[in-house]
Amino acid sequence: MFDHLDLVKLIFGRLTWEALPLHVPIVLGTMIVVMLGGLALVAVITYNRLWGYLWHDWFTSIDHKKIGIMYIILGLVMLLRGFSDAIMMRAQQAMSFGANNGFLPPEHYDQVFTAHGVIMIFFVAMPLITGIMNFVIPLQIGARDVAFPFLNNFSFWMTAAGTVLVMMSLFVGEFARTGWLAYPPLSGIAQSPDVGVDYYIWSLQIAGIGTLLSGINLLVTIIKMRAPGMSLMKMPMFVWTALCTNVLIVAAFPVLTAVLALLSLDRYVGTNFFTTALGGNAMMYVNLIWIWGHPEVYILILPAFGIFSEVTATFSRKRLFGYTSMVYATIVITVLAYLVWLHHFFTMGSGASVNSFFGITTMIISIPTGAKIFNWLFTMYRGRITFSVPMLWTMGFMVTFTIGGMTGVLLAVPPADFVLHNSLFLVAHFHNVIIGGVLFGLFAGINYWFPKAFGFKLDEFWGKCSFWFWTVGFYFAFMPLYVLGLMGVTRRMSHFDDSSLQIWFEIAAFGAFLVLLGIISMLIQFYVSFRHRAALRDVTGDPWDARTLEWSTSSPPPSYNFAFTPLVHDVDTWWQMKQAHYKRPEEGFIPIHMPKNTGAGIMLGGLSTIFGFAMIWNMWLLVVVSFVALLAVAIGHTFNYKRDFHIPADEVARTEAARTTLLANHV
Amino acid sequence: MSDTHAHVITSDANSAGPLQFHLTHEHHPENGTLLGFWMYLMSDCLIFACLFAVYGVLGRNYAGGPSGAEVFELPLVAVNTSMLLLSSITYGFGILEMQRNRLRPMLIWLAITGLFGAAFLSLEMYEFLHLIHEGNGPQRSAFLSSFFTLVGTHGLHVTFGIVWLITLMVQTGKLGLTPENKRRLMCLSMFWHFLDVVWIGVFTFVYLMGVLK
Repeated sequence: MFDHLDLVKLIFGRLTWEALPLHVPIVLGTMIVVMLGGLALVAVITYNRLWGYLWHDWFTSIDHKKIGIMYIILGLVMLLRGFSDAIMMRAQQAMSFGANNGFLPPEHYDQVFTAHGVIMIFFVAMPLITGIMNFVIPLQIGARDVAFPFLNNFSFWMTAAGTVLVMMSLFVGEFARTGWLAYPPLSGIAQSPDVGVDYYIWSLQIAGIGTLLSGINLLVTIIKMRAPGMSLMKMPMFVWTALCTNVLIVAAFPVLTAVLALLSLDRYVGTNFFTTALGGNAMMYVNLIWIWGHPEVYILILPAFGIFSEVTATFSRKRLFGYTSMVYATIVITVLAYLVWLHHFFTMGSGASVNSFFGITTMIISIPTGAKIFNWLFTMYRGRITFSVPMLWTMGFMVTFTIGGMTGVLLAVPPADFVLHNSLFLVAHFHNVIIGGVLFGLFAGINYWFPKAFGFKLDEFWGKCSFWFWTVGFYFAFMPLYVLGLMGVTRRMSHFDDSSLQIWFEIAAFGAFLVLLGIISMLIQFYVSFRHRAALRDVTGDPWDARTLEWSTSSPPPSYNFAFTPLVHDVDTWWQMKQAHYKRPEEGFIPIHMPKNTGAGIMLGGLSTIFGFAMIWNMWLLVVVSFVALLAVAIGHTFNYKRDFHIPADEVARTEAARTTLLANHV
Repeated sequence: MSDTHAHVITSDANSAGPLQFHLTHEHHPENGTLLGFWMYLMSDCLIFACLFAVYGVLGRNYAGGPSGAEVFELPLVAVNTSMLLLSSITYGFGILEMQRNRLRPMLIWLAITGLFGAAFLSLEMYEFLHLIHEGNGPQRSAFLSSFFTLVGTHGLHVTFGIVWLITLMVQTGKLGLTPENKRRLMCLSMFWHFLDVVWIGVFTFVYLMGVLK
């Protein structure tokens, strides 16, 4: 009898039927909808016999452009999930006053705000950033792919594996109720004995491996694979910001890995790193996680700065103003990113001198950032500005981000922070910079590079709708939170007694509704553009009359990107080529050396999901089996020595001839 | 000030004629594996840095349990350290043979390296089991938590290094000293020596300073 029980425990760990949300109607409904949606998707793919196409052309692809697009799709899908959490919170807070308890019980509300933060940072912003870097960097530096194409595919699938785990927590068990950084002792085993924090840990650990490896990959790509002539100071601005972001990734994510590993040891083994007894110190965790967490903020914003630089120069028809100062501002921000982490917890009580050091370093960061804002303004000054959708996002950013930056400087003053710490003022501040900075940048980037990726432009009308709904919605949603924060309302509350506050939360909920319209407009924009793709077709490969190398090749680019490796003489290489009436070569093609597809990445990602799931539920047998399988597949992959092939010269010639015909028919 | 100068198209000073905008031959960028591996090592180094920092903060929090002076056995650690240092030397001999393209001697040196590594791990296991047996496991105090984690993480790295070593011995045995295999051996070499360097930090910071009191 007992032997039998132990076997069940060995196989299933703590997983029982109780883990399914059969008694929570909202979650059950969501689960049914998601499952039906998933089934419908599978049915459509099967009916259209697309599995082979997806497998060969996408899932196993090591083409940086396709991997980039997959990252972006992943990020946009997760944006819908993260936003559902957001609108649930806004609705809950708008109605939950006095006798009304709203529709979310506290233990559910706590999961919602934790999931919202984790998803928006790790599974929306990070995949979108990585996706755009993946797609754009090799094209901008005139390379055929990234330095380690297989690793790139593997990184993507690790990110996807982490995403799957986060999504599973919605339906099997629960997610953490700790806030997005899972501070102990709340996240310790004594206070959070269920699987929520374990879902948190393993989804971040697995996705973190992907992020770190892709950071190394892109760094080596930028350092080693630039086209001849492209010295560091001739790199496009986006490449510079991406370089600095990847330096930050490589130098920050290991800290996250380490601190989450220590938290896991506390939870699984019973060590005493962050416990309140036996010598543990919870503030160690808070310090370490912010030593990762603050650079993470700049990991997100720097590529957005790069996108804005490209967009501003292109749509102002001018060379970027102050290129050199822009580069140095980026580097200064990169370095300072490591010297400000303590401003996230001035209230720790580390004393006046420590707090003032970190307060001052924080304020100093606004100097290089301000320099960047002026550079963009001077780029626009006397430019011939086209108010296209990417440019609208950029201008919306400049206003919104500046406001967010100013409230940030306000919070950098330790005495002010003591009052505003943990209040809705802080929530308003970081949404102000993350939405107004990172997200607007990503949307500008998606609208800007979409024609390059798919060969047709995005619809302008729906793009503008989406911009205006998002921007106005943002102000409606977050300005009231500044007010509430100044009144002393703390964050993460699911219920309020003071009904005089309600009006502000109702305004905020209205703002969230406008943002919803913005998201819907964006989805309509994709749909309408796809329907009208013939009319929106980008034949030239250079729909914006832009300045950098990615616009010199066709849209979408051939798998090898450039038939001949470009030679670079200037920051705005493509602009210079156009000025010099450059003729693209139409003969003399040579075979091109390319990496081969492989299924190892998706297999490792799948096994990591299983391994993570088994660790979360303490299914020790499955832990061992999946770990051995992971090792076996990884080692097995190293026995594959035939990883590349040559595209024959006549195939290149055929592809290029097709483009020549296309161009000739359209001039 | 790069934006202020007039944007004139001129050819490079040293080349006459119009500017060339593309290469007519295939461009082969330099292989980035070793650079990438260096970056990986540095990121790994940061994980160790965190563990050292944690040990630095918590390493004196005995919580009524034993201190380092009471539980560390320096002679054992000295033998252990010499095993690891010797393994680094023998790996170096292996690389020298690799440079001379002599497969068999290289494999022999790698096998010796692996044996030294295994000896190191066995002694570490013995030390850990002994401590746990005495009731001084990682759960006892924050000091022991951080000690086991720092030393154990290093041990895990060595274990992984041995698995990798065996894989590479099979691969070089099968396919010979091809450029790919040589590159892989160089990466493992960096990894192995890196673990040595980390161990010197552990030996000094944890063991020597731990018994100092």
